[in-house]
Amino acid sequence: MLNWFKKKLSGETPAPAASTAVAPETASAAASTPAPPEKGSLFQRLRERLGKTRDALVSRVDTLFLGRKVIDDELLDELEEILITADLGAATVLDLLTKTREQIKRDQLRDPQALKAVLKQLIQGYLAQAEQGATLAMPESGPFVIMVLGVNGVGKTTTIGKLAYKFKQAGQRVLLVAADTFRAAAIEQLQVWGERIGVEVVAQQQGADPSSVIYDALDYARPRQFDVIIIDTAGRLHTKVNLMEELKKIKRVMAKQLPGAPHETMLVLDATTGQNGISQARQFNEAVEITGLTLTKLDGTAKGGIVVNICREFKIPIRFIGIGEQMEDLRDFDPAQFVEALFGNNGGAA
Amino acid sequence: MFDTLSDRLQDVFKKLRGHGTLSEENIQAALREVRLALLEADVNFKVVKEFVAAVAEKAVGQEVLKSLAPGQQVIKVVHEQLVALLGGESVGLTLTGRQPVVVMMVGLQGSGKTTSAGKLAHMLKGKGRKPYLVPADVYRPAAIEQLRVLGEKLAVPVHPSRADQDPVAICQQAFHAAQQNGCDTVLIDTAGRLHVDEPLMEELRRIKEAVQPAEILFVADAMTGQDAVTVADKFNQDLAVSGVILTKLDGDARGGAALSIKKVTGRPIKFVGMGEGLEALEPFYPDRMASRILGMGDVLTLIEKAQAAVDQDKAEQLAKKIKKQGFDLEDFRDQLQQIRKLGSLEQIMGMIPGMNRLKQMQNIPKPDERELVKVEAIINSMTAKERRNHEIINASRRQRIAKGSGTDVQDVNKVIKSYTEMLKMMKKFGGKAGLGNMAGPKKKVKRPKGLFR
Repeated sequence: MLNWFKKKLSGETPAPAASTAVAPETASAAASTPAPPEKGSLFQRLRERLGKTRDALVSRVDTLFLGRKVIDDELLDELEEILITADLGAATVLDLLTKTREQIKRDQLRDPQALKAVLKQLIQGYLAQAEQGATLAMPESGPFVIMVLGVNGVGKTTTIGKLAYKFKQAGQRVLLVAADTFRAAAIEQLQVWGERIGVEVVAQQQGADPSSVIYDALDYARPRQFDVIIIDTAGRLHTKVNLMEELKKIKRVMAKQLPGAPHETMLVLDATTGQNGISQARQFNEAVEITGLTLTKLDGTAKGGIVVNICREFKIPIRFIGIGEQMEDLRDFDPAQFVEALFGNNGGAA
Repeated sequence: MFDTLSDRLQDVFKKLRGHGTLSEENIQAALREVRLALLEADVNFKVVKEFVAAVAEKAVGQEVLKSLAPGQQVIKVVHEQLVALLGGESVGLTLTGRQPVVVMMVGLQGSGKTTSAGKLAHMLKGKGRKPYLVPADVYRPAAIEQLRVLGEKLAVPVHPSRADQDPVAICQQAFHAAQQNGCDTVLIDTAGRLHVDEPLMEELRRIKEAVQPAEILFVADAMTGQDAVTVADKFNQDLAVSGVILTKLDGDARGGAALSIKKVTGRPIKFVGMGEGLEALEPFYPDRMASRILGMGDVLTLIEKAQAAVDQDKAEQLAKKIKKQGFDLEDFRDQLQQIRKLGSLEQIMGMIPGMNRLKQMQNIPKPDERELVKVEAIINSMTAKERRNHEIINASRRQRIAKGSGTDVQDVNKVIKSYTEMLKMMKKFGGKAGLGNMAGPKKKVKRPKGLFR
């Protein structure tokens, strides 16, 4: 996961950023994560956060399976409801259940417990699908440009703050660009983050043309050897034609100023979002071609099942998950771990 | 909004229409579709279950089977049930009692509390009240600044909160400051918080205790999924919310959250956020919303908007003028401007019945606001004489107009052509073409032969 990020890291500093180490390891390795401002162990915290998701889904699934000897329609119906409550979406759930039903018909599956394994496998399959072919064009030289977008209030600016912190910790020179010139005080919000982390922020006044802000920012960045440039765009509903056109223009301007940019077009999604997330992913993808997703606000009770749905439909990889309001509350997304956490019996504080 | 839900239900009812009578069997099939559609629209599954059960009870009964148009009957049952679920009449704010009255905005991060607070201040100001905005979000960077900027735009006083203060103290001070400033409505914008964050929920309870708000508005994102129920329930249990503001309804969210929240909290949805502009806050009308869900369009809102936007006097003047002197290009421009006052074309289209189905079609070009701006620019670039008599506009004048408006001669031709076509149409109406008189005289209904001998 996140090869591009690691590649960047391995070249320069030997990864002091904690989370990069987390993904492949298991709970036992949690203590070895060297992130300085961490309270509990990173991994534990992630498990705790994801715990809500897991508890909600798994405990109910387990009760469901308990005391059942055969797979009948009633069981499948109840299962359907549980999966839908996790925001997996009716279509995805239907797909999942059709596939499991096929297996039942072929008599490969009799045990309700095996049904769970099959479901787990299927969901993980959707997530893994998105990972394949998610190669990223790294710039031969010059900065790595990330353009961050999404609908209003999903947490773009906060994600950028956390992301900048992550890169900064990895020893990168980061530049933030305040291209949200629409919302009141959006620029100030990014500037506060910049101060907090200690990275430069390029901004103009509110109401300026976002494309020109970016144009000037890239001009400013050229002689200054930045490793990573993160661009904050204004939140916009994906149904607003003119605002989507603006986004296309921003991308064009960027590519003109710096061939190959943006190297990553990241859509930020709110985990509490329901099936509208699909529509968001579709429209933004059509406008500017999304290369990665970040799922925020996973620290609530929202199940975040929409991710499975989006991976299934668009094969866009999920890069990060946001699990809190602190600088370090941004984690790499690991599909295997995610599903394991969703279905694991009781990971608890392993 | 709700487009896809209406589409789904419409498909269901199309199937129903095909049958002469309803059997229990095809009602069940239809209800399964209704259930799926509602689930896809993010209505919480428990709510869906109850809804479908209630509809089934009514639909499978004699009411439907004996009625002449069973399809219509089911639509009616579903519609009634939706209205009942969304809440009967539309409810405004209760701003009576001790002055200044306190209104508190609560909700998750990013649901749109600050923007809604600004919109509410704008609305209240328009109604003659004196709002006082209080930023009580000391956590998110620049949240206070955001409300300050909004207040400046609206010319509404904003409490000078600082991020190092305690939110409860801010609210208490603000209450007294509002009194001194002669403001009668205190709008408290609290920080976004997770419902599972106990310390922060406790903070809200303390604010409530300290300032005794008349209204606690739970601000919810219309795009919220199944979790809407959990969140709304927790906020309601902790704070006894008095109403709900549903935001971001101008997107294509199917808005099932509206049904869920109403059902779970039992609190009325008071307003809906329909855009980023500070005037884009509308009252919530359950009956209209239900109609909209069923794909009947939101005609009432459109009519109301049209009444507000179209200047009645101007319209009458125009009607008189047309009778006397005919319809010139200046009138044409006036008409265009009145259309634009109604809102964005997209908004208007969403309100027309059937249009939301069209919008779903991929390749149809979306209405372009800029076209209207162009037309206006072209007419503005004409001389007064030209506007009064379009026939004198020859090739060289056309070229000048195109240059003046920054368009092409083709664009100018197009405008003149559509104007002359409109002129022709008006002549057909025999000079009666005014606003409101477009329907023409009623035709006499011919009696079918052989009925009345």
